[in-house]
Amino acid sequence: MSAMFTETPLVRRKLLLQGVAKWVFFGMAVAMIVPLLLIIGFLVVKAAPSLSLGFLLDVPAKGMKEGGIWPALVGTIYLVVISLAVAAPIGVLAAIYLNEYAKDNWFNRIINLAVINLAGVPSIVHALFGLGAFVYAARFGYSIISASLTLAIMTLPVIIASTREALAAVPRSFREACWNVGATRWQTIWRVVLPNSISGILTGVILQVSRAAGETAPIMFTGAVFFKAVQRGDLFPYGLGDQCMALSMHLYTLSTQVPGVRESIPYATAVVLLGSVLLVNATAIALRVWLRNRKKW
Amino acid sequence: MGEKLLEGLIYLCGISAIIFVLGIFFFVFKEAFPVLAKPNFSLGQFLFSPEWYPTSETNVRYGVFAMIVGTFSVTVLAMLIAVPFGLGAAVFVSEFCGPKLKETLKIIIELLAAIPSVVWGFIGLTVMSKLIVQFTGAPVGVNILNGGVILALMSVPIIVSIGEDALKAVPDSYREAGLALGATQWQLVYRVLLPAAKTGLLAAVLLGVGRAVGETMAVLMATGHAVHIPHSILDSVRTLTANIAAELGEAPEHSDHYRVLFLTGVLLFTITFAVNLAADLVIRGIRKK
Repeated sequence: MSAMFTETPLVRRKLLLQGVAKWVFFGMAVAMIVPLLLIIGFLVVKAAPSLSLGFLLDVPAKGMKEGGIWPALVGTIYLVVISLAVAAPIGVLAAIYLNEYAKDNWFNRIINLAVINLAGVPSIVHALFGLGAFVYAARFGYSIISASLTLAIMTLPVIIASTREALAAVPRSFREACWNVGATRWQTIWRVVLPNSISGILTGVILQVSRAAGETAPIMFTGAVFFKAVQRGDLFPYGLGDQCMALSMHLYTLSTQVPGVRESIPYATAVVLLGSVLLVNATAIALRVWLRNRKKW
Repeated sequence: MGEKLLEGLIYLCGISAIIFVLGIFFFVFKEAFPVLAKPNFSLGQFLFSPEWYPTSETNVRYGVFAMIVGTFSVTVLAMLIAVPFGLGAAVFVSEFCGPKLKETLKIIIELLAAIPSVVWGFIGLTVMSKLIVQFTGAPVGVNILNGGVILALMSVPIIVSIGEDALKAVPDSYREAGLALGATQWQLVYRVLLPAAKTGLLAAVLLGVGRAVGETMAVLMATGHAVHIPHSILDSVRTLTANIAAELGEAPEHSDHYRVLFLTGVLLFTITFAVNLAADLVIRGIRKK
């Protein structure tokens, strides 16, 4: 009887291969993640001597070789807030159109294609567009407004994609119930669809913030500058028509254009930028997980 | 009445993506166009000459061939690393790990995708270049190898997430049929899932290529700045994107040099448009099936 259950060489080979394959694929997943965690750890260690509250609030000193990052930090906040104010309404309304109004015809397929391509346009081409359209054609000059608008267009697909997903997750029966009591299309959207998808939309908006905060190329030639004199801790140092510093640009400048910077400063700038972007993303992910767990339908 | 107005606004926002894509092409092309008519400029030279001397007093030459080769070599190297690892990780996440680990890995991969490109560039410039000098003995650490590795790490998250979607789209009945025949998971992956998901995996690779070709800050900082045709993986190169980023600031406004940089932008726009269109057609083809 027992002979029936002994492994034949073929089965043994098959199981061996299975074991090897499993570990190889596991290794591939790990090989992409672990070195990166090590690198991030290394950045934090190198940055440690400079990381402090004072570093965030101080202005750069001695030709940017010393001091903090306050003007860049505030500049990034300006750019993010303004680009968000532009991109969020357009993006959410665009998603509402695509999910609630658009029929499946050739024109709407072109819109879809345009959204995908807008997401795929290289960031430096967005920069060229911002320069041609906002700085020159619209005569906004090199300014916060030009840079923010460029960022807004660049990050629009992020908001469109996640809002659409949130809207599509609302069951069709909800809408049908609402139409059946005589509500118009917009009343249905406003009273039923949006309240049921608002947290998902919020996730998309948060992701837009993280994307906008990290971009460098689109703002480099439209409004961000190497240096701008600002008071320590000044909350409103820039006007809309001014140029500003930005964290991402500051990191590029410090690590390529300024010789003799104290070593820990670029590392600390990188850690602050990386840390805030990851924090914002983690918030979005946490929101999404929380949402999925309390979904009622 | 108010509702009609609002729906008009919604429609306008709906088509905004088309307006913006056309706008991008229009404005970039508009700035580039006048140089096409110049007698000392030829499109053939632009595309096929490796001689880039935009500021020469006597003999200005605008050839971006060396940059095309630069972009190509960095992208190919990045894909050689990212495609096997990305698809391997996608297979692991989709088929081999439990639900808890799967959730964790997906979150980590999503966070990796969020790392700003300038931070990647900084990692290339500091950490990676030191490692490369130490292990290969190359004179400079910023080169094709450095840019390729950085770009690979940047493209992996997109390849993993799209690749995992493609594997998820294979019906479970395929898996069940395979398991019922006594196949192991590996046999299932190799004989059933990979063939069934191959178009989706192709789309994942294409999107990775699109990301790598268009990446700017990371390659600007990690590939060095030599405008020449590379002979080895340890040579410095310059990519199309990095060339625009490096020189736009110093090119006088509306000069020929400035316009040629915009023309490079048109070229990049065209390449990424084609790659993304191909990926979209591939994905659409799957949905139809």
